[in-house]
Amino acid sequence: MATIAAPAVERENYLNTDFRVRSWLLTTDHKRIGILYLLSITAMFFVGGFAATMIRLELLTPAGDLMSSDTYNKMFTIHGIVMVFFFLIPSIPATLGNFLVPMMIGARDLAFPKINLASWYMYITGAGLMMYVVLTGGVDTGWTFYVPFSSTYSNTHVIAAVVAIFIAGFSSIFTGFNFIVTIHRMRAPGMTWSRLPLFIWSHYATSVIMVLGTPVVAIALTLVALERAFHMGIFDPRLGGDPLLFQHLFWFYSHPAVYIMILPSMAVVSEVVSTFSRKRVFGYAAVALASIAIAVLGFLVWAHHMFVAGISAYAALVFSLLSYFVAVPSAIKVFNWMATMYKGSVSLATPMLYAMGFIGLFTMGGMTGLYLAALGIDVHVHDTYFVIAHFHYIMVGGAVMGYLAGIHFWWPKISGRMYPEAWGKIAAATIFIGFNLTFFPQFVLGYLGMPRRYHAYPPEFQVLNVMSTAGASILAVGYVLPLIYLLWSLRYGEVAPDNPWAATGLEWRTPSPPPTENFPETPVVTWEAYDYSSVAEVPVAR
Amino acid sequence: MAEHVVSRKTYIVVWIALMALMVLTAGLSRIDLGEWSTVVAMAIAVIKALLVILFFMHVRYEDQKITWVVVIAGFFWLGILLALSMTDYLSRGYLGVAGH
Repeated sequence: MATIAAPAVERENYLNTDFRVRSWLLTTDHKRIGILYLLSITAMFFVGGFAATMIRLELLTPAGDLMSSDTYNKMFTIHGIVMVFFFLIPSIPATLGNFLVPMMIGARDLAFPKINLASWYMYITGAGLMMYVVLTGGVDTGWTFYVPFSSTYSNTHVIAAVVAIFIAGFSSIFTGFNFIVTIHRMRAPGMTWSRLPLFIWSHYATSVIMVLGTPVVAIALTLVALERAFHMGIFDPRLGGDPLLFQHLFWFYSHPAVYIMILPSMAVVSEVVSTFSRKRVFGYAAVALASIAIAVLGFLVWAHHMFVAGISAYAALVFSLLSYFVAVPSAIKVFNWMATMYKGSVSLATPMLYAMGFIGLFTMGGMTGLYLAALGIDVHVHDTYFVIAHFHYIMVGGAVMGYLAGIHFWWPKISGRMYPEAWGKIAAATIFIGFNLTFFPQFVLGYLGMPRRYHAYPPEFQVLNVMSTAGASILAVGYVLPLIYLLWSLRYGEVAPDNPWAATGLEWRTPSPPPTENFPETPVVTWEAYDYSSVAEVPVAR
Repeated sequence: MAEHVVSRKTYIVVWIALMALMVLTAGLSRIDLGEWSTVVAMAIAVIKALLVILFFMHVRYEDQKITWVVVIAGFFWLGILLALSMTDYLSRGYLGVAGH
């Protein structure tokens, strides 16, 4: 690629068309809104990461010596709320999804550009209120806001925190229905449903969950606020309520929320695995429909969070069985990615390293999920570090790895610059090692009986906890590295060609970075998805 | 597709119907119908919701199938929430609570 010189006059693109702050804050360009989200969620990631650091430092020693138990409660609550509602839920959909959904289907923008901008302001309002809560004393209920603690006993900023989540929920709903309408109504000529990139199928499934699930958690949290403020009898048995009703309503959204996090990562992995194997995704239709199946089945399993909470034995049986069903479409995806790589021309560029990391770690997270769906085992490991390890394998090993794969894969398109490949690989390896060292010992800790949400523990658990904290330090280095070299590449990175990976998507058939209107003229699609004979170029940066 | 124009009269009639149903709900809450109280209250609520969706939200005038798909999906998901929650509430008596 060294022979390609930077053009003397820079082409006009969405970044250099207008440099005023106003042009960013009032933009309706889906690409710029994606960047606004990228900056915001990165900031929130480091807030949540700070809380995680404090948790791991406290757990370095068996005694609760770094902070009081009350402060520790606030730390894990802040970590959970910020990471779930303000980082993971919007992570891929609001950044890469915003940037790529219109480009991949050959549209100029989302169907409702102003609502897209409004969604970012909703997010910022919610995030701002949440930061106010953090700075003025925090909240200590855990991110799950279980009653009666949240509605009656907690003395922290519960109402402000649930209002913050309520507001941020709207940003999610706005993004979701915007994607649904865009995918239905704005596909370019020839872009049939069976030619859609799998990224789009996964984002469609994600959007369905966002639109149908988010209102339920919003109402559940509103009811907590109403009971807390006005003593309405919703959840308190003394007032005629039912405490388990909160858990039913909360998990009706918050379990599918896991699929809001993981489906977009699967979207990225499908694109990356295909591109770096130079093969059409094996079983395209099965992978596409598996996304929809996950979205639907994901709504039928929520009470597996409540097996020991006092639900009926019959309900536990039903939800245990239904929980196993979700494993089927998830496994279809994993096996089909493996089959895509089989006999493919596999190259191990940074995005592919993250994608392969995703496949392995997601599988471990998923398999341990089956342990937890089994009624007998769940009684033993419920509310222990086994659960913590399980969902971090899904959310960090899965969702965050997929997010980083996507950021690297589309960085040339977003920024117009290549990231430094060697540093990319070093960071990917650091994150993989740090992640496993952090969370694998937690499986063991949980199985041995260490409960979650305590700031002190028996001395015999110290070795495993020290390993976990050491791993977290490595993981932290792994997360800071991309932040540094991606910012560095904005100025010093090689100028990216239009299609550095010789990928097949429409987004690669327009300049890097793209012009504001995405395509000089509306593209007409005449090839199937992942048809590598439709791109003439040989990959240059691999 | 052109916007369907709904006459002011239709809106007023629907509004009056909603107000009448509200008075009915409030009135019936003072009469003890035993276990039918909830059934009657829910039935009236469903009628009110249907009026709002069909007339105020213009679903009645929508001839595109996709709109109906969206509306039906919303209700189907509400059905999932209610039906699966009921697997817990309705069966607490006959199989007991886990661990007890």
